[in-house]
Amino acid sequence: MNQKLKSYTAQTYIAYALIAPAALYIILIVAWPLLETIRLSFTNSSLAGEDYVGLENYQKMFSSKKFNGIVTRTFIWMFFSVSLKLIIGLIGAVLLNANLKGRSIFRVLVMPPWVVPIAIGMLGWLWLYNGYFGIIAGVGMRTGILDGPFGFLAYKQSAFISTIIADVWVGTPMVTVFFLAAMQGVPRDLYEAAYCDGASRWDRFFKITLPQITPVIITMSLLSAIWTFNSFEIIWILTEGGPRGSTTTLIIDTYKQALGNYKFGRGAARAVVVMILLMLFAGFYLALLARINKKISHE
Amino acid sequence: MNKYNPFEKILIYFGIFVFMTFILLPFIEMFYASLRPLDHLFRSPYQFYSDDLSFWAYREMWNTVPMLGRYIFNSFFLASCVAILTLIFVIPAAYAYARFKFPAKNTSLYILLAINMFSGAVILIPLYKLLRTLGLLNSYQSMIIPGVAFLIPTAIWLLKSYFEKIPIDLEEAAFVDGASRVQILRHIIAPLSTPGLVVVGIYAFIGAYAQQFLFAITFNQKKEYMPIPTGLYEFIGYQSVKWNEMMAAALVGMLPVLLLFIFLQKYIVEGLTAGAVKN
Repeated sequence: MNQKLKSYTAQTYIAYALIAPAALYIILIVAWPLLETIRLSFTNSSLAGEDYVGLENYQKMFSSKKFNGIVTRTFIWMFFSVSLKLIIGLIGAVLLNANLKGRSIFRVLVMPPWVVPIAIGMLGWLWLYNGYFGIIAGVGMRTGILDGPFGFLAYKQSAFISTIIADVWVGTPMVTVFFLAAMQGVPRDLYEAAYCDGASRWDRFFKITLPQITPVIITMSLLSAIWTFNSFEIIWILTEGGPRGSTTTLIIDTYKQALGNYKFGRGAARAVVVMILLMLFAGFYLALLARINKKISHE
Repeated sequence: MNKYNPFEKILIYFGIFVFMTFILLPFIEMFYASLRPLDHLFRSPYQFYSDDLSFWAYREMWNTVPMLGRYIFNSFFLASCVAILTLIFVIPAAYAYARFKFPAKNTSLYILLAINMFSGAVILIPLYKLLRTLGLLNSYQSMIIPGVAFLIPTAIWLLKSYFEKIPIDLEEAAFVDGASRVQILRHIIAPLSTPGLVVVGIYAFIGAYAQQFLFAITFNQKKEYMPIPTGLYEFIGYQSVKWNEMMAAALVGMLPVLLLFIFLQKYIVEGLTAGAVKN
């Protein structure tokens, strides 16, 4: 319509003027800090002041065994967390997609872990994981699996697994809801045709549902990977990265360096690594999204 | 074709039961713990049964942490400020994206998506220094300013799709009748998009309520500005943690967002998943 009413350039100016406040805000609060982080990573910035130190922060970081361990750990943590979210989310979506009584209530009941502030939800998990009085240790002791109190967050391996489970708990509802939405978007006539051809329920799931929702599964895996990579509060509240660093992921390490010790330079170097990895994820995601959208508009 | 035999039904319900147990167990256990007397909670191994359940903890918690009311108020106040500010920035931008063609439109929309992927943790250092220079550390602003930035991208996408649903003919007609852009915005767009604005506003409120922790622990040390997600950790400061009161306070702290979400979940989920199920 607007071509008729106003020239293209006038339209552009109005649009830019309308977008300007939001754009400036994001430039000041997100874009500038991102660039500033890169600059700080080449300094020894602290509360006292800063000097240019070149690549020192990076050299120290990459030659430290601890840091390399943290990177590996981050990816292992992510791998388990994301896979579990996707698997449990898919199973949950299939179950809640079944045409049975009560499913609309269940669909609402899945969401609380997603909506509730993570920091508050984690209080519940702190109580569940309590080695003496918590229900998980309690069930373990009563069934004889544990022979005494067991602090799940106090030992390296169990803390690693416990933080993953809590992260899966937070992330699964969203995955479930998206998969469910995708399943309901699958055209019904596909199922009807398959049913007439005598396809079993399994066939229909693997030959229709799964291929049809594959784009959503792929996008959700990437998005989920990004969010899991960014996961901070869960680990921070449950273990603060401990015991003895066993749950210290990149994000936790970045935070500790930067704002635990006020070593801004070192923290910034870690933040830059985080940024680069995130940009890789984001690039993948956006490229994929563009491809999917193209495909849709072609069809 | 959607008929299940009894065996399949049982199997599916059992699956749902297991799935729901995982999702809801922490809440159920929090609620149960909040009703039990402290000496029942401090028994090892865990006691499944308590006979004297009461809402006592819900009264006592206000004495144990005297600032609790203030923390809840702070959370509301912070989330409201963030939501309102987000709307102010997002309404014109979303309108532009919905109605105009301009260079770099799609690119900038994708950049917005990409911003969503950065966690606040990456930019905390410059923000900390910026807020310190401006003398804004330990204030409400220190939590509001970064909060708004991380809600703008999704809010633009959500609101844009609401604006796009408003028939363009209405605007055209008004334009032909000589109405100005401002008049169109006020008399046509605003009333028609109220439901969308409410949903996006509530989305921003819930998001702001949820994201308070990181900014609060980093930029604010003052108790009087603490939001409830950090304030709750005061219960842990005592020699023995009063778990029942802490759980009661946690449930009270999450109730507002939970209620808001349950009332509006249909609209919010529709908006957020729209991109996922376009075809």
